[in-house]
Amino acid sequence: MSTNGTGPTIVLDGEKVAYNPGETVYEAATRHGKDIPTLCYDPRLEPFGGCRLCVVEVEGARAPVASCTAQCQAGMEVRTRSARVEVHRRTLMEMLVSENREVDVDELTSLASQEMTELVDRYEARTGRFRGRQSGASRPDDPNPFIMRDYDNCISCYRCVRVCAEQEGDYAISVKGRGFDTQITVEFDGHLKESACTFCGQCVQTCPTGALGDLKALAYRDVAGETKKTRTVCPYCGVGCAVDLLTRGNTLIGVQPAMDGPANKGALCVKGQFAFDFVQHPDRLAHPLVRGEDGELHQAGWDEALDRAAEGFLRVRERYGRHAVYGVASGRAPHEAAYTMQKFIRGGFGTNHIDNCSRA
Amino acid sequence: MSNPLEDMEKPDVIFCIGTNMTECHPVAATRLKRAIANGAKLITADPRRIALAELADVYLPLRVGSDVSLLLAMAHVIHREGLTNQAFVEGRTTEAEAFLEHIEKFTPEWAETITEVPAADIERAAILYGKAERGAIYYTLGITEHICGVDNVQSLCNLALMTGNIGREGTGVNPMRGQNNIQGAGDAGALPNNYPGFQSVLDPAYQKKFEAVYGRKVDLELGPTKVRALEACGDGIHAMMINGENTVVTDPERHHCEEALKSLDLLVVIDLFLTETAQLADVVFPATAWGETDGVQTNTERRVQRLRKAVEPPGEAMPDWWIVSQIARRMGTPGFGFESAKDVFNELCELSPLYAGLDWDRIDRGEYHWPVPHKDHPGTPILHQGTFENGRGIFKLIRYRDPAEVISDEFPVWLTTGRRLPNYHTRTQTGRAAGIDYLAPGERLEIHPEDVVDWGLEDGGWAKMTSSRGCMMVRVEANARSPRGTVFTSFSFNDAPVNVLTGGGYDPVTDTAELKVCPVRVERP
Ligand code: SF4
Ligand code: SF4
Ligand code: FES
Repeated sequence: MSTNGTGPTIVLDGEKVAYNPGETVYEAATRHGKDIPTLCYDPRLEPFGGCRLCVVEVEGARAPVASCTAQCQAGMEVRTRSARVEVHRRTLMEMLVSENREVDVDELTSLASQEMTELVDRYEARTGRFRGRQSGASRPDDPNPFIMRDYDNCISCYRCVRVCAEQEGDYAISVKGRGFDTQITVEFDGHLKESACTFCGQCVQTCPTGALGDLKALAYRDVAGETKKTRTVCPYCGVGCAVDLLTRGNTLIGVQPAMDGPANKGALCVKGQFAFDFVQHPDRLAHPLVRGEDGELHQAGWDEALDRAAEGFLRVRERYGRHAVYGVASGRAPHEAAYTMQKFIRGGFGTNHIDNCSRA
Repeated sequence: MSNPLEDMEKPDVIFCIGTNMTECHPVAATRLKRAIANGAKLITADPRRIALAELADVYLPLRVGSDVSLLLAMAHVIHREGLTNQAFVEGRTTEAEAFLEHIEKFTPEWAETITEVPAADIERAAILYGKAERGAIYYTLGITEHICGVDNVQSLCNLALMTGNIGREGTGVNPMRGQNNIQGAGDAGALPNNYPGFQSVLDPAYQKKFEAVYGRKVDLELGPTKVRALEACGDGIHAMMINGENTVVTDPERHHCEEALKSLDLLVVIDLFLTETAQLADVVFPATAWGETDGVQTNTERRVQRLRKAVEPPGEAMPDWWIVSQIARRMGTPGFGFESAKDVFNELCELSPLYAGLDWDRIDRGEYHWPVPHKDHPGTPILHQGTFENGRGIFKLIRYRDPAEVISDEFPVWLTTGRRLPNYHTRTQTGRAAGIDYLAPGERLEIHPEDVVDWGLEDGGWAKMTSSRGCMMVRVEANARSPRGTVFTSFSFNDAPVNVLTGGGYDPVTDTAELKVCPVRVERP
């Protein structure tokens, strides 16, 4: 794609392309279809420039430049895939691998959890050329039922710390130490529950290595089948966060935030993120129930139950008149429920004897 | 909300009143926190020292139920300081003269005697909001669940009107909806005063329109609210259909409510679980849950979004709309031939002018905020731009009224209620999600640590709490978020049924129960 307007341009892998003022090299390049690897990058966060995997060559610069922090400048000549940067990236990946346990990260760990694994494969980085030391000690002692804290896999990209501060605004986690001693931690090295953490799960979803994991989804890892995603909206408060439901077969196995969700842009809270499994609780009603002669509720077929309800309403109308019937719609169910409820009352009885639960 | 959620990052002054947003609407709160990090000033008015109070530049710890006096005094100061937006008031409002005269006597010193907030702080807050370039107000049930809920909302509107903080980016009067589709239930017409799309049942033109739709005569008067209908059970109301609401636990005066439902000839409940309410029913229908059904939901910023089915429901559970339609058909009511949620939603779009430009396929990506009056319309993220729906913004002359019940020697403590972050409502859902108990194992009554000592209680021990209607046992949590003399609990746990105690009064306009204020006595059991 070349430019025909008069805006500023850069030369991207030999092609002159337009950029928007203020755009970083990474943003301009991806917008023009380039595939630059990243690890510490999350488009919602301030650029950080920590992992240096996104380096590109810039004509006139001595060393490769981190494209996620470098601003475009008119006339800049950028090479995103030269042999030199590819070697550089591969070396970085080899070093990262040497610091991490060599495990495959389960896809249920989190939304971003495959980023590291995919790059390890792409750069064939398990060469054993470096001997590193793991940085970060795991916290299997944290008893919280939502967030796995397996810092053996941590690469110190700080995405969790940054998302907690910049997106969630909770500042629950921080970085301690440097180099191989770097550790992501909470106040007093304690458990998340004792910190400012609200268990929104945002740190989990942005972690690119599987160091942080969604324990609720991982509990379903043995369920057979391919993981499917279905876009829907959270069933709790009125913010209306968009989510992807993860399913295998007929089992709901987890929730991931929709990064392009119009109301939430990738954010969720503890309820939206972790409170999905009420849906498959054994207490769910599976059959209609009808009160019997004995005064108890008994399982019944649909025909029997529907007739009982319909005849009951007809009888009350006959006996007491059409104003004796009232409908209460739900503020939790979809529009179609509320719409049919009010039509049931208005169309069936000609009254306005209908309300919803917002008054309680 | 008059403005979209993304506008929450744009105000320079934010006024939060009666909203514990970080716990009840956490994701919306992240946007406010970002605005504050970028320099916006925050005014928080709440009886409890909630997280938003900690973030505030001006914190107004008002006595429960005294909001109107605070807001009158803020209006007074704004006008006294010459911060009234004359151009806006002249160009877009009416009744301003009477209003400005009305507020003359409501000084911050007067308000201090009612709210217990220092007059100087009321002044600071008023001046901050009055000088805002873009001032935005956010509130929730802390404003509406009072006998004066409508007065509270209108007092907030007065402030926005006199300063011109409405109809522009980053401003507005913004109620945050507590339930995922409470907005949508209203949009769809489940209201005693409005047909779908908020078309008044008192308007002859709409009556005609809907008579034609239903093929029958319709009543020319308002229906009773749910609260009145419950009162009339057994005496006027003899059959009820309740969809997905645990009325017995959420409504005030729990015992009355149970008795009322028991006195019906027929109670039909459609729900996911055998709730306390469903247990009283004659017929219970199993509904499909979230994740098992296609449908539509409108969020607090009037954004119309699709819900999608991902798994099959348990056993024979069916969608709510299907169940209701089947009953209607068996009664011989015409117009219930729906075969899918799409059919139902598209019929709503045909009848609601607010949805006229929408249909099932167009909302696939959730980009529209209603009103969307026709197919070429881009939707309306910001309401009241340039003009109000009914022409001009009307100032209302509001007076302070005491809550329905005030503290006395017998009941010397204010009880106020709300939600906590991990749980939702009566826990029919969060209570059945693994792990949530780790964060909130049971109900707690939050009491100021010094009151805990003064009242002879112990942190973690039991307390007996009594109102004029009932009595309950609850565990004590010493917590400085509660001011002295005011205690707080949620209504999420069935073994701590706080709505046995509440229910002293109702807003005369909306019949909303005064769940936020209840005088109680708290003592060692
Ligand atoms: S779960 Fe949310 S609040 Fe807790 S550490 Fe992660 S980002 Fe921060
Ligand atoms: S994820 Fe949390 S904030 Fe978002 S809609 Fe659900 S309950 Fe509300
Ligand atoms: S992605 Fe640019 S430095 Fe990490």
